[in-house]
Amino acid sequence: MEWLRLEQWSPYICGAGIGILSWFTLLLSDKALGASTSYARTAGMIERLFRGSRVLEREFFKTVTPTIDWQWMLVLGIVIGAFLSSALSGQATIRWVPDPWFSVFGAAVWPRILVAFVGGCLLALGSRWAGGCTSGHGISGTMQLAVASWIAAICFFVGGIAVATLLYALPTL
Amino acid sequence: MYDSLRKNSNAQRALGLLFGIIFGVFLQKAGVTTYEVIINQLLLTDFTVLKVMLSAVAVGTVGVHFMHGKGMVNLHTSPGSFNATVVGGLIFGAGFALLGYCPGTVAGAVGQGAMDALFGGVLGMLVGSWLYAIWYPRISEFRDRGTFKHERLQEVLHLGTWQVIVPLLVLIVALFWGLEWLGL
Repeated sequence: MEWLRLEQWSPYICGAGIGILSWFTLLLSDKALGASTSYARTAGMIERLFRGSRVLEREFFKTVTPTIDWQWMLVLGIVIGAFLSSALSGQATIRWVPDPWFSVFGAAVWPRILVAFVGGCLLALGSRWAGGCTSGHGISGTMQLAVASWIAAICFFVGGIAVATLLYALPTL
Repeated sequence: MYDSLRKNSNAQRALGLLFGIIFGVFLQKAGVTTYEVIINQLLLTDFTVLKVMLSAVAVGTVGVHFMHGKGMVNLHTSPGSFNATVVGGLIFGAGFALLGYCPGTVAGAVGQGAMDALFGGVLGMLVGSWLYAIWYPRISEFRDRGTFKHERLQEVLHLGTWQVIVPLLVLIVALFWGLEWLGL
């Protein structure tokens, strides 16, 4: 089992593995890989703690019910799987400021957390707006040859490349 | 043939967890649960993210359409529109760059110990999802405009399923070959 301790596998092998995984999710669960809806369900569950069943009067939570379903467990599984994998390779460590950010914007924690928070807000808004994320559209939808998913995936990268390039050009302006 | 399994919601939650653990291992071993790999993809200096995604698409599409042809699986696609797909996609892209993770990999990053993924990313995603829920009636009216005429690539290209898949596989392999040749 030495291969489980390796820090990295070929991206082609990992991608192929995810492709095979998607056969089984469709066959055994009648579901395509996706992640973003689970955050919306969780937001509903948290609002429910404060406002009770009135949350269910919101149009949105009638279609996306605040419940723990297949995909919610999948996202929980991703946390566990990545923890196991990184613990086995010795890469699991508490880190507040990731690497390229550190060398360009410094070691201060708050700027990084603030930008990540704004990014998370936009990411969730954009996922619901476009009807999927890098998994739901970018992998699952594109492999099913869905027009909207190919267009969405291209827009994810066009927007991402533009904003990342601007962000990392800021210190040199 | 898997109808009773598919309808058993407790079994499905257990399967979801198992599939997620496998997904998480592949994402972590590919390196895409780190900020560095994702931001360098968006800065076009590291193409790991694209290699992972397109390998999954290439392998996935063959099996999925083979099984679909035999009536073993259902496809899950939705039509989309300019206002939903393009506008939402660009908003997603801006968030992707600022956060440096996407909704699946941010969960993996949390598992690996990235606190910016947890206290920035996940918290932000919960707030963003909630804002969408609040604004949903107004946004959904806007999203419905400009619906795409076709739902699947076969309809756009006037080709059969395998006539789309085979050239797609050739393009993906050619792209991989080009990336390796360039040393990216």
